[in-house]
Amino acid sequence: MKTLLDSTHLNITLQRLAHQLVENHLSFSDTVIIGIQPRGIYLSDRIAKLVKKISGNKQIEYGLLDITFYRDDVHNNDIPMPTHTDISFSIEGKCVILVDDVLHTGRTIRSAMDALIDFGRPKKVELLTLIDRRFSRELPIEPDYVGYTVDTILTQKVKVYWKEKDGKDEVVLIDKVSEAK
Amino acid sequence: MPLSVKHLLGIKELNTQDIDQIFKTADNFKQVLQRPIKKVPTLRDTTVANIFFENSTRTRLSFELAEKRLGADVVNFSASGSSVSKGETLIDTVNNILAMKVDMVVMRHAASGAPWFLANHIDASIVNAGDGTNEHPTQALLDAYSMREKLGDLKGKRIAIIGDIMHSRVALSNIYCLNKLGAEVVVSGPPTLIPKHIESLGVKVEYNVKKALEWCDVANILRIQLERQHKPLFSTLREYSLYYGVNKDMLDSLKKDIVIMHPGPINRGVEINSDVADSKQSIILGQVENGVAIRMAVIYLLSGKREVVE
Repeated sequence: MKTLLDSTHLNITLQRLAHQLVENHLSFSDTVIIGIQPRGIYLSDRIAKLVKKISGNKQIEYGLLDITFYRDDVHNNDIPMPTHTDISFSIEGKCVILVDDVLHTGRTIRSAMDALIDFGRPKKVELLTLIDRRFSRELPIEPDYVGYTVDTILTQKVKVYWKEKDGKDEVVLIDKVSEAK
Repeated sequence: MPLSVKHLLGIKELNTQDIDQIFKTADNFKQVLQRPIKKVPTLRDTTVANIFFENSTRTRLSFELAEKRLGADVVNFSASGSSVSKGETLIDTVNNILAMKVDMVVMRHAASGAPWFLANHIDASIVNAGDGTNEHPTQALLDAYSMREKLGDLKGKRIAIIGDIMHSRVALSNIYCLNKLGAEVVVSGPPTLIPKHIESLGVKVEYNVKKALEWCDVANILRIQLERQHKPLFSTLREYSLYYGVNKDMLDSLKKDIVIMHPGPINRGVEINSDVADSKQSIILGQVENGVAIRMAVIYLLSGKREVVE
């Protein structure tokens, strides 16, 4: 197990990502933030809070998206349990920033884009991710904002811990030797 | 957490966690149904056959909508006008439908126990949409879900089931479901329409409908099933209405507002008067709305793991 980001490093990274968002979207008048359930919402909570502080706009529209019903592997394992979606605003014609903690194969983001389109036609969709596991993509999807890039192989796992949920802020890389073929 | 069962044959076989899981999943689908696009592509690889050997409006439409809104392909079959009238057996009929690569079967049948019989002979998941006078599990689930929406946790809540208990599969499934959720149940109606020894299911009997209404938080009023009554069990519908029908005067004389439910189809002026069915206390149409979400949840949760075709 290797620590990729410790608490201090993680918080500096979050600050940078939030500043990058404000640099590109200024007052967030036509931009909304949507976190992907279940693990992306801790990152999106933090990012939304930081962006509100930095941009001075307290009214930024922020929602949560569950992608369970849009997955392409519903019948591969035990049936996945859905979490709730909370998008109480229109995304029609807006710029949407999708937020997830780890970008790996890109399949979650594919599902998220399909789910998003069912709520309306956004002007543009951007992707923010804390960890980019590059070279492991199975679909042509690339992030617009990246916290930390890491080269991994399939048998490894990246785990992001959040203070709110897990009691600590840390990102680690785990070698899952037991599952290695 | 997946369900503990492969089929939804009856509420009797479900445990409390299963019921909670169905309700939680239904919450998500209820939200999907309020979106501009009321549809998700989850089961686009699934085909469901709705096989109805008995008449139905609500249940059949509700199942069909639920399946379509999950993205599944749907085939409908009704016994009238089919080869059943040429003497085909139940297993043959279903096997022929399954040979056309159907993944799931929703069945209503006039014989109690028909879905259990079928479950022993076929591999596909079966959802019981009503079997004779035995069970109607999705109706009980949507009833309990609607009650919970109105009253919160059902533990200790008082539910009166009023009317033709004897011939009602809704009554039996409701009793199983409400017992599992910790509610108190009273059945009420004429003695000829209440089965003997029903107390052994953990319910109380109250022959006086007025007293049952005074006691309860929710009154679930059931239809008089004339089509299943082969000998006269009460003298006339007018007399039934007079002694056992629920009307507005009765409701107004209570010191509280109780919730009025009915699984439909309503016989207006028999078991329930129009001024009650259309009153503010009635959630009859809410039940129908919740029915689609509940059935989506059941079909989704039963669609389970599948062999991958390489």
